[in-house]
Amino acid sequence: MFTVSLYVITGILLLISFSRDRSKTKTAMLKAWRSFEGILPQLLSIFIIIGLMLAVLSPAAITSLIGTESGWLGMLIASVIGSITLIPGFVAFPLAAALLSAGAGFKQIAVFVSTLMMVGVITLPLEIKYFGWKAAAVRNLLAYGFSFVVAIVIGWILT
Amino acid sequence: MIEQVRRYRFFLILLLINLAILYLHPEIGWQSLRITGDTLLEMLAVLPPIFLLLGLLDVWVDREAMMKLMGENSGWLGISLAFLLGSAAAGPLYAAFPIAGVLIRKGAKLANVLIFIGAWSTTKIPMLLFEASAMGWKFMVVRFAVDIPGIALIAYATEKVLSQRERQDICEQAKSELQ
Repeated sequence: MFTVSLYVITGILLLISFSRDRSKTKTAMLKAWRSFEGILPQLLSIFIIIGLMLAVLSPAAITSLIGTESGWLGMLIASVIGSITLIPGFVAFPLAAALLSAGAGFKQIAVFVSTLMMVGVITLPLEIKYFGWKAAAVRNLLAYGFSFVVAIVIGWILT
Repeated sequence: MIEQVRRYRFFLILLLINLAILYLHPEIGWQSLRITGDTLLEMLAVLPPIFLLLGLLDVWVDREAMMKLMGENSGWLGISLAFLLGSAAAGPLYAAFPIAGVLIRKGAKLANVLIFIGAWSTTKIPMLLFEASAMGWKFMVVRFAVDIPGIALIAYATEKVLSQRERQDICEQAKSELQ
């Protein structure tokens, strides 16, 4: 649904752009392609790594790792899995809900969800390409630490 | 041709590893290829409009306008725009980096670009709705409320840690892209 509206908006903007300036629109499309092709090698590598990782760390495996452990150790395990895996939201949230019913605590789930979104070890090479290694490393480390803050607040309010 | 192989060498090595696993552990190998294929299809569905918007942004929004909206002295306007742009996004985080590159190139303040990245990663509106339905409204609202200041804090702290020189390097890198 959201993807459809994204296409509609992009289509309309492209038409407006085209009616106002053909050559500029052509340049825009060329740039779109070039910047896509520019990161394609990294993207393809990321997809293979995602495949390998999730084939080993299946939802069932993640559940057994996070679902049983509690306390700080559970949070630590959850944060490491969240940082190294890259799961789209529409898979991650049902998984998180399943973890919750499997007996994992809110804190563990929250740190998992938060690191999953904010910390990207697999995408680090891509991030470094645009931000340099220092900014990328600092942002990811801060996001990792912050995920525990989020988890503690959520655990405190929801339990 | 050789240049292309060089660019894709890491991918080719990974592909070989996957094929080796397919041979040694067919079940895991297949599962892995299937997930890779799914992710690829998912990407092909969402990335074309994102990159086209990136191209349009690059062509139509000039540097002066971007500096005014999200530049060094854009203040709250820049911060709000960064949050809005990131939250209105669709697609995975890796699609945000090329757009961030264009924003930097056009003169957006680094902290604002980092806020954009943070918002894209955690406060995407379609994702929030999905989160609420899976985890409950309370979980979503609390996480959202904690994340907003957190994203800004991380962005400013990251910018502060970098030296003038390192920030310049990031701008230079962004400018050399897409020429």
